[in-house]
Amino acid sequence: MNNKFQNVTIKGTKDGLTLHLDDRCAYEDLKKEIDYKLSESSKSRDNHLIRVKVQVGNRYLSQDQEEELKDLIRQKKNLAVDSVVSNVITRDEAEKLKEEEQIVPVTRIVRSGQVLQVPGDLLLVGDVNPGGTVIAGGNIFVMGSLKGIAHAGFNGNREAIVAASVMKPSQIRISDCITRAPDQYSDEEKREMECAYIDENNQIHVDRLQVLMHLRPNITRMEGGY
Amino acid sequence: MGEAIVITSGKGGVGKTTTSANLGTALALQGKKVCLVDTDIGLRNLDVVLGLENRIIYDLVDVLEGRCKVHQALVKDKRFDDLLYLLPAAQTSDKTAVSPEQMKELVNGLKQDYDYVIIDCPAGIERGYKNAVAGANKAIVVTTPEVSAVRDADRIIGLLEKEEHVEPPKLIINRIRNQMMKNGDMLDVDEIAAHLSIDLIGIVADDDEVIKASNHGEPIALNPNSKASISYRNIARRILGESIPLQSLEDEQQSVFSKIKKFFGVK
Repeated sequence: MNNKFQNVTIKGTKDGLTLHLDDRCAYEDLKKEIDYKLSESSKSRDNHLIRVKVQVGNRYLSQDQEEELKDLIRQKKNLAVDSVVSNVITRDEAEKLKEEEQIVPVTRIVRSGQVLQVPGDLLLVGDVNPGGTVIAGGNIFVMGSLKGIAHAGFNGNREAIVAASVMKPSQIRISDCITRAPDQYSDEEKREMECAYIDENNQIHVDRLQVLMHLRPNITRMEGGY
Repeated sequence: MGEAIVITSGKGGVGKTTTSANLGTALALQGKKVCLVDTDIGLRNLDVVLGLENRIIYDLVDVLEGRCKVHQALVKDKRFDDLLYLLPAAQTSDKTAVSPEQMKELVNGLKQDYDYVIIDCPAGIERGYKNAVAGANKAIVVTTPEVSAVRDADRIIGLLEKEEHVEPPKLIINRIRNQMMKNGDMLDVDEIAAHLSIDLIGIVADDDEVIKASNHGEPIALNPNSKASISYRNIARRILGESIPLQSLEDEQQSVFSKIKKFFGVK
């Protein structure tokens, strides 16, 4: 009987409460115990709002279960759920995460009317012709000339950048920002080795490639070495 | 077994039909057996350019719907000894009267009897285009040095690259006006070729004689003196596998100059 109520441990920190939930017991027992323990403790508190962090250990919670637990905790008047942290994710989520982290090399010419979309970073060894579109969840690197549309960070990643050997796009989109080309590129303009990013004014800015190492050092993935 | 070459462009009015007629003629002049197929159903005019309009009895749709045999519909060009034939398009139906599968079967049949089957494709990328490409194993994309034509050519090349039965397309740049190109008012040949990044198989200068010849129902390729005719003949020879350098566009300039010299010399 005593053992039954050791599934939920409450710890107080200076940021609020942390609920450690045992990951071996049944989910229903967990719910019951949270309900019981929290109703006990919440009575003694005043109206001050307390932030709660939920640690579920190696238990996988489905979206519904997570919501259910959050609701359960929120019902106790002055508790607010900050985050639910789990050590595990599903295979699908892991694969999606991996995809989004990946650089996808593609060698082809994206011609007028064609759309090339990747979930992660795109490394295009070829051109994007006018009327063609490249879309990536992360950054876009074009090793040929970019004359069509490039949309980096289409999932809302505002840190994403677009880099091209020849930067003459008709449009650049990063996350929800859009910029369009000047009406006419003059022939003298080389526009070589440039990159586009969202600057501090929420505008897309095009600059030399070399500024990236200061602006977006996190693009570097190399570990070790010099 | 012959080859089936589709002549296409995406954009209208860049000279697909003129190119088809002249390449067919030029290949026949080289002694090859050629069948021209007009797939622009509803808007046929390859027959007009070739001057064969009044000999049409049956057409493509008649063949596919079984109203006649293929050889009954083929129109022989009398200027050539049994070398150049035309399979005209129907004027009364529209493009949906034919399916890509039917076209494939038809063209495969024709390939048995002819060295080259040249398919004249309608403008656009819909049914007519799909019909025309279905039977082809090679493609030639025609463009002019205009931004809109190059854009459409790019689109078409993208679509052709998806067709597994078609070899990588070749490019013809048509209607080049040397003076404008020199002044930078027109896209450069090299610029277009680099942009589309496919093999250039020929360039054809803008020549008034082409229109005159078409209006008389005589492909310009029959006239050995015209510059455009030489261009078409060169393209035909390149199709046959010869390697011939591109003509320099400067010739025209010199010929005008030499004409003036000659003019003064005579005087």
